[in-house]
Amino acid sequence: MTWVLDLFLLFFIAGTAIAALESKCLLTSAIILGAYSFMMCLVYAALGAVDVAFTEAAVGAGAGTVFFLSTILRIGRDTSQ
Amino acid sequence: MKKFAILVTVLVGAILVWGATDFPQWGDPNSPASTHVSDRYITEAYSASHVPNLVSAILADYRNFDTMFETTVVFTAGTAIFLILRLPLGPLARRRNSKHPQAERHPLPRDPILEMACRILFPPTHLFGLYVLTHGHYSPGGGFQAGVILGASFILLAIGFDLRAILARFPEGLFKPLAALGVLLYVGLGVLCLLLGGNFLDYEALRVLAPGISSAMIRSHGILIVECGVTLTVGSVIFGIYANLVSRGNHEGGL
Repeated sequence: MTWVLDLFLLFFIAGTAIAALESKCLLTSAIILGAYSFMMCLVYAALGAVDVAFTEAAVGAGAGTVFFLSTILRIGRDTSQ
Repeated sequence: MKKFAILVTVLVGAILVWGATDFPQWGDPNSPASTHVSDRYITEAYSASHVPNLVSAILADYRNFDTMFETTVVFTAGTAIFLILRLPLGPLARRRNSKHPQAERHPLPRDPILEMACRILFPPTHLFGLYVLTHGHYSPGGGFQAGVILGASFILLAIGFDLRAILARFPEGLFKPLAALGVLLYVGLGVLCLLLGGNFLDYEALRVLAPGISSAMIRSHGILIVECGVTLTVGSVIFGIYANLVSRGNHEGGL
């Protein structure tokens, strides 16, 4: 039954990656990247690498998103600028 | 241009997938890694260091040199970011600050609900970071994750209140030396082992200092000291990067 979870995660990861690229608003992209990190964290956990999953959750989804947000709130969230 | 970029991306991806077919099957018991290296780690790691979490034992004992330079890389990256973003102190900085008096122009509104929520969340987050650090021998976790969680707990306070309030308690003069102290603790332990007659970062040499402890237990303690160093560096660097990013380097105002 693992392949069902893997397939779901694959579609979700590809979907969030494309959505983050195509989004016109930087703030949206940053939040979607946070979701992408959580999905990657689930992939690592499914592979049995719990330590890596923990690091991905803390660094990728936590600290990384905060850094993106703090930068975006300083430079403006519109990509056309 | 966009079509060209897509073409290049697909091509590189295809080459990577093609290259991955040469890898041994996932979890193949006959692959070189499983026949030589993993066997030794799995059978000997616990008796050698009394650390049930193999990942911690490998990260901070077998592949100690690697982790030491990872810590150094984090410290160097943090220092580079401080150098680029932080405005210089002195008369020039004061003039540049007076040109952008953002903190004075936009007084931050205080939100009592947000402040109270951060106030309640801060102690458990902090405690969880320390738990991850000290319990890294037995469960997933360790220096890097603990450092990120501790740094994030300070960031939480900086978001809920403002940057100046948290910098008054955890000032720049504290977190910059702490980042360096973490690397010093790591490398210093290695040099101490060297001075006591062992190899670099060979914890067994530390038995001279604590003769009553078995060689496996001294390895376990050595791993803990090293993880503390990693935590200090990572936590300070994470908070320092946030403080510089969010304030455009002048350490005023908040998010």
